[in-house]
Amino acid sequence: MKITGNVWKFGNDVDTDLIIPARYLNTSDPAELAKHCMEDADPSFAGKVGKGDIIVGGKNFGCGSSREHAPIAIKAAGVSCVIAGSFARIFYRNAFNMGLPILECEKTDEFKTGDRLSVDFDTGEIVLLESRKSYSTKAIPPFMQELVQSGGLMKYIAKRIK
Amino acid sequence: MGMTITEKILAAHAGLERVEPGDLINAKVDIALGNDITAPIAIKQFYESGAKKVYDKSRVILVPDHFVPNKDIQSAMQAKMLRDFAYEQELTYFFDAGEMGVEHALLPEKGLVLPGDVVIGADSHTCTYGGLGAFATGIGSTDLAAAMITGEVWLKVPETIKFVYKGKLNNWVEGKDLILYTIGNIGVDGALYKAMEITGPVIESLGMAGRLTMANMAIEAGAKNGIITPDKITEKYVSSRAVRKYSFYKSDRDANYAEVIEYDVSDIEPQVACPHLPENTKGISQVGDIRIDQVVIGSCTNGRIEDLRSAAAVIKGKKAAKGVRLIIIPATPHIYRTALKEGLFEIFLDAGAIISPPTCGPCLGGHMGILAKGERAVSTTNRNFVGRMGHPESEVYLSNPAVAAASAVLGKIGDPADVV
Repeated sequence: MKITGNVWKFGNDVDTDLIIPARYLNTSDPAELAKHCMEDADPSFAGKVGKGDIIVGGKNFGCGSSREHAPIAIKAAGVSCVIAGSFARIFYRNAFNMGLPILECEKTDEFKTGDRLSVDFDTGEIVLLESRKSYSTKAIPPFMQELVQSGGLMKYIAKRIK
Repeated sequence: MGMTITEKILAAHAGLERVEPGDLINAKVDIALGNDITAPIAIKQFYESGAKKVYDKSRVILVPDHFVPNKDIQSAMQAKMLRDFAYEQELTYFFDAGEMGVEHALLPEKGLVLPGDVVIGADSHTCTYGGLGAFATGIGSTDLAAAMITGEVWLKVPETIKFVYKGKLNNWVEGKDLILYTIGNIGVDGALYKAMEITGPVIESLGMAGRLTMANMAIEAGAKNGIITPDKITEKYVSSRAVRKYSFYKSDRDANYAEVIEYDVSDIEPQVACPHLPENTKGISQVGDIRIDQVVIGSCTNGRIEDLRSAAAVIKGKKAAKGVRLIIIPATPHIYRTALKEGLFEIFLDAGAIISPPTCGPCLGGHMGILAKGERAVSTTNRNFVGRMGHPESEVYLSNPAVAAASAVLGKIGDPADVV
């Protein structure tokens, strides 16, 4: 699976309170959560992010709470994948379980807001379209891609049971 | 090659002789835990999967503690989802209304999480139970749903970093200061994906409250779990309250560690974590003149009776400075009652404090003490992220209860030694 999207760049240690502040956790409705995605990092984010766009962060993306509302909000905002230097472990698990693909890339400091990237989940290759520069990351194994395409772990399991 | 305590507990729960870091295992879950924010998603998924019954009604525990007493209609709906599910599934342990406490203070107090357990909770501070010598880690709602159905969880065996605390504790230095100092030293991702094994002579004489506080904040260094070898202090704490049998594990002498880090605690003064990351720590003498609007003493990190005693000892006979809102949140009904009996409420009320019912409340900016734009709080909680306690332009400074109490009296961040 291959996607192309515009980059929205954030820094290191983007925590789950930045991704979706707790004041909105009185619901788990994806559309409602999407309206407040990244609000405390960039209040205008939800209004300007486009379908298929890519969030890029530095190290330790998603640190903090176990709230699955964080990957739900990102996915429902239309974001196609998150690329970061490293991910906090609960967020890492939650993202795949929610069907949001994420990739670890050491060179995220070379990407900036407005860049266009193409990402090939089969090979793990990221290409910066303007310069054609290529970055290699770990491929997402086929079963994990199927999990993502099914819409998350529970839907993936339901499909397999049928 | 020997094994660490974390590896031993995981091996035992996976039915294996031994495990090594990096191994993927399927582990039996002793307790699966959810709260009023995370369990609603898990409950939805439970039903959508076609499941009818939880794997064991005495091992799935629900505690609506974050936005309760219900802060608004939507929060009330979420808490009701837990209540309805708990009654339908006939859960043995569902803590509501006057029985409700902050989950990570409540479960150890009730003897429901025990040494040697594997505990998973859809709450990042589930790692608290490592203070009892359990393997405990936070997971998301989906993993909770799967565990509620199967009683199992897949895990990658983490590498372990061993922390050794030596020397003599300075006055007013508590478990909170040791863990803040450690996070300041290794950073908020310093133990990413790893186990933090908290050891040394200082820990061997640290009480259970301090141990739970230290394990509680392992997640703030990115760790999968924090763990302390159970001993006589643990035995004394759990023996009278345990609802099941439990096992003490300890690391082998030749266990393998990714790293061993030693601290001489004689060098450590009370710590304050400045905005907006728990790693931004300073010794109290280095903080400078920081005026404050609010002080919160409570939470799964520092809302135990020992914490309230420590705060009361500082504030006794004094008043919170004019303009400072001092909010005390005993973490469980038992702690609340004990504080009342011991006369601590008298001390707090004389100081002008507000005493809240048990709740996570302001710790995550829920309710019961939200900050306005530009306001500053000193809090005994665990996170000081942007907007954590309210407005995105408010600030949270993390400290131990004695420092928080001293700060309330002074109206600025201050040293208990300057107040008592």
